[in-house]
Amino acid sequence: MGAEATQATWKKVVWYVVLTTLTLVVLFPVYMTLVRALSTPAAYVREGQPLYPVDVQWDVFRRAWDQGDLGRKVGISAIVTAVIVTLQLTTSLLAAYAFTFLQFPGRRILFVVFMATLMLPIEVTLIPNVQTIRDLDWLNSFAGLTAPFLATAFGTFLIRQGFMGIPRDLKDASQLDGFGHMAFLRRVAIPVTRPVIASFAVISFLAAWNQYTWPRAVVTEGRWETIQIGLRSLSTSTVDQNNISFAAAIIAALPVLALLIFLQRQLIRGLTAGAVKG
Amino acid sequence: MPRKLKDSLLAVALLLPSAIIFVSFFFYPLYRLFYLGLHQQNRFGTAEKYVGWSQYSDVLGGDDFLDGLWVSTRYVFLTVPLGIVLGILLAVAANRHLRGIKFFQTVFASTVASSVAVASVIFFVLINPQVGYFRDVTFFSLSDPDTALRGVALSSVWQNLGLTFIIVLAGLQAVPEEIYEAATLDGYGPFRRFFRVTLPLISPTLLFLVVVLVIFAFQAFAQVEILTNGGPAGSTETLVFKIFNSQQPQSLGVGAVMAIGLFAVTLVVSLAQFLILERRVHYGS
Repeated sequence: MGAEATQATWKKVVWYVVLTTLTLVVLFPVYMTLVRALSTPAAYVREGQPLYPVDVQWDVFRRAWDQGDLGRKVGISAIVTAVIVTLQLTTSLLAAYAFTFLQFPGRRILFVVFMATLMLPIEVTLIPNVQTIRDLDWLNSFAGLTAPFLATAFGTFLIRQGFMGIPRDLKDASQLDGFGHMAFLRRVAIPVTRPVIASFAVISFLAAWNQYTWPRAVVTEGRWETIQIGLRSLSTSTVDQNNISFAAAIIAALPVLALLIFLQRQLIRGLTAGAVKG
Repeated sequence: MPRKLKDSLLAVALLLPSAIIFVSFFFYPLYRLFYLGLHQQNRFGTAEKYVGWSQYSDVLGGDDFLDGLWVSTRYVFLTVPLGIVLGILLAVAANRHLRGIKFFQTVFASTVASSVAVASVIFFVLINPQVGYFRDVTFFSLSDPDTALRGVALSSVWQNLGLTFIIVLAGLQAVPEEIYEAATLDGYGPFRRFFRVTLPLISPTLLFLVVVLVIFAFQAFAQVEILTNGGPAGSTETLVFKIFNSQQPQSLGVGAVMAIGLFAVTLVVSLAQFLILERRVHYGS
């Protein structure tokens, strides 16, 4: 083996050491949460809070599921997320279609007005929006949990970008074939831009499942808590059995983790949309 | 029916669903914020009186808002620079052709799966003053008003690692390999190559990331509520925490003005992003 080859091998080894070290650092918080979830709290503290689980209770996840009523909370989160993703997709597709393929007066202005909503995060409009929900008698309801998120300028923008990539010829050809607008949307535009739409759906899922501030504001009864809000309730209510709350956090993260692993490409494309050209 | 009219009618139908949501939950509340800011409500929210713009100057110049702005601004400086540096570190380390690199990339991206609430509970495990693993580390102790915000910030830095890593890695991968080869031929060592070639080339990506992270930092709420509930001694009460906690009828006016203050901050940051993006489009073409 030549000197150069030896050097290359050493370089590889060094990079593996660096990457492994970074992996341990990034995963350490998760590992410790797993340790604490599995340990019996009192025994763990008595042992001096070590790096390994003490008096392991493997049934902690089932107990968290029962005691924390996580089935219900996960169910509410799932319904809220499904409604938000489905409606955001629908409203964004329709709006993006109008902005891309239809000629109408005030199109440019209206597009700017739509995009302006990106500067109004829910934290800013929280107080009056909660009032609206209260006036509509929508506190503690699916309507209240989802209403402000049923449309999004981000989706309109992203899908419009995708639509603009459709060659004019395709549009003209489909017109010659006698396709109306809705047929063109369904049979050509949506299939052609599927990657963009999928990326947006994944981002939409991520945001809807993980949101905290809005559900925290419009839920006042425990039985309407989403899983994220449930995590807070558990972390405050069970001091001597905080293993339950740590187990719940792991359960809450699982759906998104699965998404990350199976739909990594769509997720990354969605997250980097706008960040990197090309 | 003429084609143009038909197109316009269809456009109205297609835009209406989005428009209803935007008007009801984006523009109307913005108007309501200004309205609430001009009024004071009684304790039961049953009567209000006009107090005028003086409430704006009182609140925006008052200790409560300025304290919140100060905490939020410090939160930005505690989370964004550290988060970006760590994200670059992870991305540079994982941006190479090695067997099994996909595994490392997935791990580094994995914290993107964590919500703010999950990250907060995870850091509860690490830094809770009673039961946290690092409870004796005074540098980011949650029980000291001088250091508590650092502890909360750590949870955000960790939670944002995945996103930062994904975006920086994408930026790095968009740099053509030939540029590195050319720099190497020119006798650039790895460090000079990184600071003189790589960093300038991914700077648009980094600027985008800075804006996103700054906006995230200004929206910090769940991590504060779960980890410290604003304490100790109000030292971690961010702007959004204060806004959230001024929903009782008699403090609605004050909360509304604070929300407008937050809006102004968001607007400045978003405009900065827009200008940067504009410039970048020119770079690209």
